[in-house]
Order: sequence, then C-alpha cells, then structure tokens
Amino acid sequence: MIKIENLSKSFGTVEAVKDVSFVVNDGEILGFLGPNGAGKTTTIRTITSYLAPTKGNVYINDLNVNDNPDEIRKQIGYLAEHNPLYDEMVVYDFLEFVANIRQIPAVDFKARLKDVTELCGLKKVIYRPIKELSKGFRQRVGLAQAIIHDPKILILDEPTTGLDPNQIVEIRGLIKALGKEKTVIISSHILQEIQATADRTIIINNGEIVADGTVEELMSSFKGHTMLELELKNANKEDIHNLTSINEDIKIDSVLENKNNIISKLEYPNNIDPREEIFNYALGKNWKILEMTRHKVSLEDIFRTLTVEGGENND
Amino acid sequence: MTNIGTIYKKEILSFFNSPVAYITIIVFLLINSWFFTSTFFLINQSDLRQLFSLAPLTFLFFVPAITMSLVAKEKNDGTLEFLTTMPISDTEIIVGKFLSAVSLLSTALLFTLIHFLTLMIVGTNIDIGSLISGYLGLIILGAAYTSIGIFASTITENQITSFIISFLIIFIFFILNKILILVPDFLTSIIQYISIDYHLSNISKGVIDTRNIIYFGSIITFFLMLSTRILEMRKWR
Repeated sequence: MIKIENLSKSFGTVEAVKDVSFVVNDGEILGFLGPNGAGKTTTIRTITSYLAPTKGNVYINDLNVNDNPDEIRKQIGYLAEHNPLYDEMVVYDFLEFVANIRQIPAVDFKARLKDVTELCGLKKVIYRPIKELSKGFRQRVGLAQAIIHDPKILILDEPTTGLDPNQIVEIRGLIKALGKEKTVIISSHILQEIQATADRTIIINNGEIVADGTVEELMSSFKGHTMLELELKNANKEDIHNLTSINEDIKIDSVLENKNNIISKLEYPNNIDPREEIFNYALGKNWKILEMTRHKVSLEDIFRTLTVEGGENND
Repeated sequence: MTNIGTIYKKEILSFFNSPVAYITIIVFLLINSWFFTSTFFLINQSDLRQLFSLAPLTFLFFVPAITMSLVAKEKNDGTLEFLTTMPISDTEIIVGKFLSAVSLLSTALLFTLIHFLTLMIVGTNIDIGSLISGYLGLIILGAAYTSIGIFASTITENQITSFIISFLIIFIFFILNKILILVPDFLTSIIQYISIDYHLSNISKGVIDTRNIIYFGSIITFFLMLSTRILEMRKWR
C-alpha cells in the first residue's frame, strides 16, 4: 500500500505540490491525471525518492520513503518521464546492468530476461544498441527494465508519450496485463489513457487534488449537467447572454464568433430541458439556428472543468 | 560493494564503446611522448624524470576530458534519475565512476611504459625503484585530479562547463607552489602544503612519505564526499 500524507514540495518559491494526500491500495491501477505542469511528476519523484518532500510523508507498506530509500527502491519498478536510457548500450547489456544493480542472481537472470523480453516483445532487438531503436521499442525497453525484478509496485510516468496509436494500444494492453498482479501508478495528461487502464483516477491541478474516484464515480458526480452547443446566424454576442432569462439555471460557457455565425456552448442541469424555449426565443429574435447539439458529459469535460476553469479561478 | 563493481563495469564499457576514450588516450600519449623524447637524448640520463615532471601538466587537460561526461552527461540525458532511483547509494555511484576513470587513466599510463622499454634498451644504471614510485605518484596524482573532475561534473549539466571548472580547480592547485613569492610570509607554509606540486615532487623523486599519501588521500576523500553531497542535494533543491 502506498500512502501519501500531506505531501508538499516547493522549488524555491514555486509550490509544485500542495498538501496532497491519497492512498493507493494493493493491486490497484491508479491513474494520475493532470495537465502538464500540474505536479504529477513531482509527486511521483517523491514516491521514488528522487526528490525529498518539503513537507509531509510518503509511506510504502508503512516504511517512510525518505528514511529507507534503498529498501523502497527495491520494491519499485519505475519508468521515469521521457524514459531515460543509456543510448550507447545494447539492450541486452542494459538489462543485464539493471539486473546487476537489482542484484538478481545470475542463475535467475536468464529466466527473468526471457520473461520480460517475451512480455515486452523485445526479442527482435535484444542485441541492438538502444539509440537505434524506434520510440515504441525504447518504451518497451523502459518497461522491461522496470519489471525485470518483478516488483510489487510499478510507477509509470507518462508511459505512452510520443508513441503512435498502435503502439499506444499495445503498451496499454501491457500495462493492463501487468496491473493484474501489481500495484500500478500511471500518470498521464491524456484522458483516454487513464480511462482505458486505470481502476481509479486522481485528477491533480496546480499541485492540488481536484478529484479522486473511479471513472464511474467521477462521471456520476457530474451527470447533473448537459452541454448544448448552438450555432446561430444573425445573432449578436450580447444577445446570447440574454438566453439566461429563459431559465436562470442555464449557464453560458462560451460564445465564439465565426464569420457571421455565433457558436455558443451552454450548460444546464438535467432536470430541465430548455431546448424548446431556446428555439422559440431564437425565433422571436429572428436568429437562424444552424445547429443545436446536445452532449453527454464525458470524462473529458470533467477534466476540462476541473483543470482549466479551476485553474482560472485560482489565478 | 557489488554495486560499485556494477557501476565500474558499466562506465568502463561506455568509455571503450565511444571513440572519446581512444582519442584522449592517443592525444595524451602523443603529447607526452613528443615532450619526453625531444629532450631525452639531450639530457642523456636514463630516467623518466622528464616524463614524471611533465605528466602533471598533461593531466591538467587529460583528466578533465575523461571526467567531464561522467555525471554531467547523465544529468543532461536524464539517466541520472534512472540511476538514482535504483537501489544503489549515491556514494556507490560516485566511487564506481571515480574508480573507472582512474582505471582509464592508468591504462593510458601503462602505454608510457614504452619509454621505459626504450630506457632498458639504450640506458644504463636504471633506477627501477624510482620508476615504480614515479608511476605510483602519477596514479595518485591522477586520482586526486579525477576526484576534482568528478566534483566539477556533478555541479553542471554541461560537459564543456564541467571541463572548464575542473581545469580551473586543478590549475589552482597546480600553480599554488609557483606563486609562493607573491604570498605573505605567514601563509607560505600553508599554501605550500596545499599545493599539489610540493607533494608530488617528493613522490617522483622516489620518496614515498605518509604526509604525501595523507595529502592526496584527503583531496580524494574531500572531493568525492562533496560530489556525493551534491548528488544528494537534488532531493532538496
């Protein structure tokens, strides 16, 4: 179990992570979601004891990470952001080097190597220098080094950045397979990734946790709202805001002008359906409705609401 | 201990996997040999003192060239994060890298034994004892320079900066003995004790004094410990 307790980390005057607490249970795949610069990597680096917390504590199985870094690192497999590897090394030498540092006995190394090369599909490139590998293979080498000692905890920081869609699907499959027997923390700024792999999602923004729960829980907490997209002709920006007079629960998210047309996004609670009134209102004003689309709220919208708008409010 | 060995092996491999090691060794040997042989027959003495007095100067360029990449490149490539999140201590990383650089240095010195062979052929009355202590002195000196080079490599991400900083620090140690006239009287003995030259001249004369060993040992320990601390400082920045 990974327990993060009131973790804060500052770099000079910049507070990258502010009083973050959460728990990752054994066998869980936790998705760590947030826009770039939200504090994901900083949090992860304190878990792997690359950085020490300014305040607060990180415990792994009741061991404080800061006091027992070596013990903790033995239990963790870590794929760092941007997947740093020794480019000049041959894949085999690199994995052997990792196995040596991990103190895997030479007898077991052959078997472990066979397992990870099969699991990560590295057979073809095992004797190639890492610098000659494609990005997808590099990523697999990074995964292979993270799991060669069969760790209980796997921490992956943006494991699919820069991969093509096919490779992304492959790596996700691999992560899901690994997650069956391990505790996994996977960070990403891509929603689909988290949606596809994680059991539970934590959304972090500006160094603070803004949401914590399963995808279903997060969805249902936001289900109360419907988004409506309108494209209107002959309308003007100011008048759009008068739409709130129809029903005060209507919220106008955005108004954009595109050539002669106005594109506006509205939001309203699910218990009302003001579409008919909006139509009549438009008719009264002599607007031409070119498009009216209703959107169900997706994780994407939750993410946007929590991170973009939350961020603006904070500033 | 096994971890130091693992790091050592990896560094030695990467030295000889890249052309940099070969180039620096060849340049080192060429320069040394040129200065050595150009005066060798003029002096007409069958010893390697010329080589031993020259090496501290060539090391000034050679050692920073070897050590500049050791930590700075890992910082720049991000592999330092990979390495420091492995179950291995920062001291083991530094010591492993240090030993590998000293080995590379010793390998380069090994090739200068060709001058020794020349001596054996053309010379008479060769003092083997002073030769051995001379080489020992060079290795100890090289090790002290290397520890400074590693320190310079830990404080920057840029290999060129690392080269210049280690060059500067070594240069200060190198010239201290030569600026003694400019120093107030009460400081001379201190400055002289700090200068590398003063301790080296004893060793290359064939005298191995515990004071000199302690001196070089302290320099190495000091800079290696400092490097380890700096590596650990990443946690708290």
